[in-house]
Amino acid sequence: MRFLPLVAALAFPMAAAATPDPSDWEAVLQEADGQTVYWNAWGGSTTTNDFIAWVGARVSERHGVTLEHVKLTDTADAVTRVVSEKQAGEDSDGAIDLIWINGANFAAMKEADLLFGPFAEQLPNWGYVDTEGKTVRTDFTVPTEGYESPWAMAQVVFMYDTADITEPFGSMTAILEWAKANPGRFTYPQPPDFLGTTFLKQALVDLTDDIEVLQKPVTEVDYDAVTAPLWSFLEELTPNLWRQGRAYPQSGPAQLQLIADGEIDLAISFSPGEATAAIANNQLPDTVRTFVLDNGTIGNASFVAIPYNSGSAAGAMVVANVLMSPEAQLRAQDPEVLGYGTVLDMDKIPRDDRAAFEALDLGIATLSPEELGNVQAEPHPSWMTRIAEEWATRYGTAR
Amino acid sequence: MSEGLKLDAVRITDGRQMVIVADCTIAPGAVMTIMGPSGVGKSTLLAFVTGTLNRAFTATGRVLLDGEDITSLPPHRRHVGILYQDDILFPHMSVGQNLAFGMERGGKRADRWATVVAALSEIGLEGFAHRDPATLSGGQAARVQLLRVLLSQPRALLLDEAFSRLDTNRRTQIRTLVFNMARDRNLPVLMVTHDAEDARAAGGHIITLGE
Amino acid sequence: MLRHVPLVTLVVMIGPVVAGLWGALIPALGHLPGAGLTGPSFEAIRALFDWPGLERALRLSVSTGVLATVLSLLIVVLVTAGWSGTRTFALLQRVLAPILSVPHAAAAFGVAFLIAPSGWLARLASPWLTGWDRPPDLLIIQDPAGLAMTAGLVTKEVPFLLLMTLAALGQVQQEQRLKTARTLGYDRVTGWLKCVFPAVYRQIRLPVYVVLAYSMSVVDVAMILGPTRPPSLSVQIVKWMGDPDLSMRLVAAAGALLQLALVIGALGFWRLGEIGFAWLGRIWIEAGQRGGLDPVLRIGGICMGILSAMATLLALLGLFVWSISGFWGFPNAFPEGFTLRNWERHGPGTLEAAAETFLVAGAATGLALVLVLGCLEAEHRSGRTLTTRGLWLLYLPLLVPQTAFLPGLQNLLLSVGADVGRGPVILAHLVFVLPYVFLSLGDSWRAWDPRNAVVAGTLGAAPWRVFWQVRLPMLLRPILTAVAVGMAVSVGQYLPTLLIGGGRVATLTTEAVALASGGDRRAIGVYSLMQTLAALLPFALAILVPAMAWRNRRGLHV
Repeated sequence: MRFLPLVAALAFPMAAAATPDPSDWEAVLQEADGQTVYWNAWGGSTTTNDFIAWVGARVSERHGVTLEHVKLTDTADAVTRVVSEKQAGEDSDGAIDLIWINGANFAAMKEADLLFGPFAEQLPNWGYVDTEGKTVRTDFTVPTEGYESPWAMAQVVFMYDTADITEPFGSMTAILEWAKANPGRFTYPQPPDFLGTTFLKQALVDLTDDIEVLQKPVTEVDYDAVTAPLWSFLEELTPNLWRQGRAYPQSGPAQLQLIADGEIDLAISFSPGEATAAIANNQLPDTVRTFVLDNGTIGNASFVAIPYNSGSAAGAMVVANVLMSPEAQLRAQDPEVLGYGTVLDMDKIPRDDRAAFEALDLGIATLSPEELGNVQAEPHPSWMTRIAEEWATRYGTAR
Repeated sequence: MSEGLKLDAVRITDGRQMVIVADCTIAPGAVMTIMGPSGVGKSTLLAFVTGTLNRAFTATGRVLLDGEDITSLPPHRRHVGILYQDDILFPHMSVGQNLAFGMERGGKRADRWATVVAALSEIGLEGFAHRDPATLSGGQAARVQLLRVLLSQPRALLLDEAFSRLDTNRRTQIRTLVFNMARDRNLPVLMVTHDAEDARAAGGHIITLGE
Repeated sequence: MLRHVPLVTLVVMIGPVVAGLWGALIPALGHLPGAGLTGPSFEAIRALFDWPGLERALRLSVSTGVLATVLSLLIVVLVTAGWSGTRTFALLQRVLAPILSVPHAAAAFGVAFLIAPSGWLARLASPWLTGWDRPPDLLIIQDPAGLAMTAGLVTKEVPFLLLMTLAALGQVQQEQRLKTARTLGYDRVTGWLKCVFPAVYRQIRLPVYVVLAYSMSVVDVAMILGPTRPPSLSVQIVKWMGDPDLSMRLVAAAGALLQLALVIGALGFWRLGEIGFAWLGRIWIEAGQRGGLDPVLRIGGICMGILSAMATLLALLGLFVWSISGFWGFPNAFPEGFTLRNWERHGPGTLEAAAETFLVAGAATGLALVLVLGCLEAEHRSGRTLTTRGLWLLYLPLLVPQTAFLPGLQNLLLSVGADVGRGPVILAHLVFVLPYVFLSLGDSWRAWDPRNAVVAGTLGAAPWRVFWQVRLPMLLRPILTAVAVGMAVSVGQYLPTLLIGGGRVATLTTEAVALASGGDRRAIGVYSLMQTLAALLPFALAILVPAMAWRNRRGLHV
C-alpha cells in the first residue's frame, strides 16, 4: 500500500497530483517549516500591507514559515515574472511563491500551465468555505478547479461624502443626473486599472436590460448592441467628471485622497469596509458613508495562487490555509483592520467563531450583509478585456 | 670614493621647440647653478634627474650618481632629494611624522622618534614634533622641509627655486643653512634659480640655458 | 594589474548597456522564444505604431525634455552670470547642494502636493485669499502638456547643472575674463554671457545632454506628475513590460528602441541648436552692446533660483507634515491633529527597506570607488589623462535611457540564470554610480599637487605607499564626497531595482513609488523622508568625518 504513490508517480509521471501533496497535510506542515514564502501582492493599500504582515507573524509563530510581502503595483508584473522564469528554464525555485490574483490574470496563468495545483479544495480550512452562496469556485466565470484558494469576498459599493451628498443614489442614471448638476465631483480610476474597469462593468450591468447575456463570452453575442447603453452613458458623463475626464486617478485608493482633499464627493470601491477602515486611518473625513445600487452590485472573491515553479509550495499552501481560517477571516472583516468580506459559511464554522463574527462591529461606513443586498455575478472576462480596450480607444488618449 | 652627480650627454626634447642639452659633473659638496628664462626647461631637467619626467618629453642620456647609473631606476630608489619653493609638507601628518616619512624603514619606533626629535632641536625647532605643518612660518617650514629631505639620506640634492618664496632676511639664512648642511654631508647640489644672488652665494659653476 | 583596471571599469559600465540594447533589439524584431514567439517579424513594430497614444507620447517626451533642460539651463546661467562670486551666490549654492541628494521621486511627491489645486499653496491661500472652500477643478497635476512634470524635473536639475557649472568655472579663469569685460564697459550679466559662458558651456555640455536624455525618458517622476492620457513613452514601456499578454513585451522592446532613437534625435537637434545659438551669439558679441538689462536679469535670475530651491524645501516640508498628520482636509492650512501613528505604522517597514537600500548602495559605491581609484591611479602613473572620447564613454550609461536597455538586460540575466537578488541589482546600480563617482572625484584628484608625489617618491616611498599614505589621506574629503554622491545616486534608483531585482529587492525608492499608486500621503511622506535622509546621511558623514579626522590639521580644512 505504501508503494502506491510511488507506483502512481512512476506510472503516471505527468499526473495532476501536485507535489507536495496537499492532502497529506502533516507532510506539508513538516516541509513548510523553515521555508520562506514570497507573496506577491498589491502594495498600494497600507491597510492590506498591515494585514499581510499580521498573517506573516501568524505563520511564523505557528508553522515556522517566513512570509515576505513583495509589494506590486500591478499583479501583471508577477505574471510576467513567472513567464520569464519559465522561458529561462527556471522550473524549481522561482522568485514567486504566492500571488494575490483573480480574473484575467488567473485565466492567463491557468491556460499557460503556470500554476501549481490543484490544492485549494484539499486544504483543511476549505471545509469552512461557503461554496454555495459565494462565487468561490469560479473566477469571473472561469472554473478555478482548485488552482486558486479564496480569501476575501469583495462587493462593489459607492463611497460618498454626506457633507455634500444628502441621499445615496439608486442607479447609474441617478448618478449621471447628479453629475450633470454637480460637474467635477465624481471620477473613477483609469482603466485598465481593475477598479476602473469594474466601474464600467457595473455601469453596464446596471444599465442593461439583459444581465444573462453578459455571462456568455463576448464573441457569441452582439457586442455593439449590448454595450450601446454604456457608451451613451459615458458620452454624457465624461464632460461632467472630475477634470472633465482629462485625467483620472490611477488607482482605487487614490480616490480616497481626492475625497479627503475635497476634490470629489463620490467614488467607487470594491470593499464594503474600505471606507470605515480609511476613516479610522485618518484618510477620510468621518462624514463618508457607503451605498449600493437598488438592483445590487457586482461581487467576486479574491484568491491566492501558487506558481508552478515555486520552491516553497508547502509553505505557500500553509499561508493559503491560514488565510481561510476563521481567525484570519474575522480579522480581515474587522473594519479597524481591513474591512473585507468573508468567504466562510457562518453555518460551517465553530460556534465560538460564529459568535465572534456576529459580535463584530462593522463600523460606521460599512453596510451590513443584509444592506449589501443582491450580489450580481461578474461578467465573462472577455467582456472586461473588450470594454477596457474600447474605453482606451475612446477616452484613453487625449485628442 | 663618491663621484658626485653626473649628467652624461643628456638631451631632452618635447618634440616641438624645447631642447635641453646637459653634460656636466657636480662634485660632492659642490653646488651647480642652472639659470635661464622661464619656460626654458630648468624644472624639466630636474624632473629627469628625479625620475618623474612627463610623458610628453623624450630624453636620452644618462644620470650617474656616485658611479651608479640611475637613469632607469624609479624615483624611490634613486636617493635623490628635492626641495621646492613651496613647502610640500604633507598636511595630514604632523611635523614629526613628516620628518619620519623619509627615514629608512625598520628599527624601533621609539628610536626613530628620538632621531626626529634630536634633528629638530639641532635645527632650532625643539618641541615642534607634534605641530600641524600649516601652523609653521615660512622659515620654519623651509627648515622642516630641509630636515625631512636630509633624514632620508639622499646622495644628491636638487633645489627648484627653493628660496624664491622667502623674504630677503630669511632667504639668506635658509640658503646658507642648506648649503652648509649639504657640504657637511658631501652632497652634490643642483640648483635651479633665477636669482643672481643665489648663484653667487652658491659659489659653484653656473650654467645658463636658453638663448 | 593596475593597467587593466580602466578596461575592467569600461566593461563593467558599458557592458550592461550594450547587452541591454542587444536584449531589446532581438525581441523588437519579433523573437522571444520563452513566450513561444519566433521572429523575425515586424508585428511588434507595427503594434507600436498602432498605439493611439504614440504621437502624443513622443511629442510629450521631446517637449518636456527640451523645456526642462532649457529652463534649468536658463536659471543656472542667469544666476551664475548675475551673482557668481557674491555671498548670495555662495548661500544659494550651499542650500542647493543638499537638494541634489533628494531623490527625484521624493521631490516629485512633494511638488505634487505643493501645486495641486487642493495642494498646500492653495490651502494656505484659502479661503481668505481665493474664496475657495472646495478646490477648483483645474488640471495641474498630470496636465497633458507635461508642465507639472517639467516643474518637478527643473527643481532637481537646477542644482545639478549649477554644481557642474561651478566645477567648470574653476577651469575657465572666470575672474580674469569678467574683469576684462567690466573694464571694457560691459555690465555684469552681459559681460559674463559674452566672455565666460561660451567657455563654461563647453565644459558642461555633457551634463546638459544628460539632463536632456533623463528628462525625456524618466519614469518615476512621469508616473507621479506626468500626464496619463496617454502616459509618456517610458512609462508606457514599463506598463507593456508588465502586461500579462506576452506579445506586449515585444512591443515594449520596440518602444525601447524608439525611445533610444528619440533621445539620439533630440541630442542631435540640440547640437544643431548649439551651433545656431553660437552663430547668433557671435553676431551679438560683435555688435558690441554693453548691456543695460543688468538689474532686470540679475533680479530675475536670483528669483528663479530661489524659487526652485524654495519649491524643493517646501515640498520636503509638506511631506514631513503629512507624515505626522491626523486627518487633513481642504482648505485647512495644517492638519487637524498631529500624530506619530504614521511613523509607528510605517517606521519598521522603512527601516527594513533602508537596510536593503544601504546594503545595495554601499556595495555598489564601494565597488565603484575601488574601480575609480584604480582608474585614476593608473591614469596618474601612466601619465595619460582622460580623453574626450573617454569622457563620452563615461557619460554613456547616463545618456542611454534606462527604459531603453534595462528591460533587455532583465531578459538577458534571466536567461543566464543570474537572476533575482541583490547581486545583479548591485551590478545594475554600479552602471549608474560609476560615472557619478568618477566625475565627482576626478577633478579633485587631478587638482592634487603632483609635487607631493614627487617629494614622497624621492623620500623613498614606492608608488603604492604614496597612494595609501599620502594621496588618499589628503583626498579624504573629496573621496567621501564622491562616496556620498554615489550612494545618493544608488538610493534614488527606481527602474534598475524594480526590473533587475524581480521584486525581491525592496528599497526605499521602490516602496515609495509603489505607494504612489495608493495615494496615501501619510505613508508616502514617511517613506519619502526616509528616502531623503538615506541620501543625505552619507553627505553628512562626508562633512563630519574629515572635520573630525583633520581637526588639528589646518592645511586640510576647506
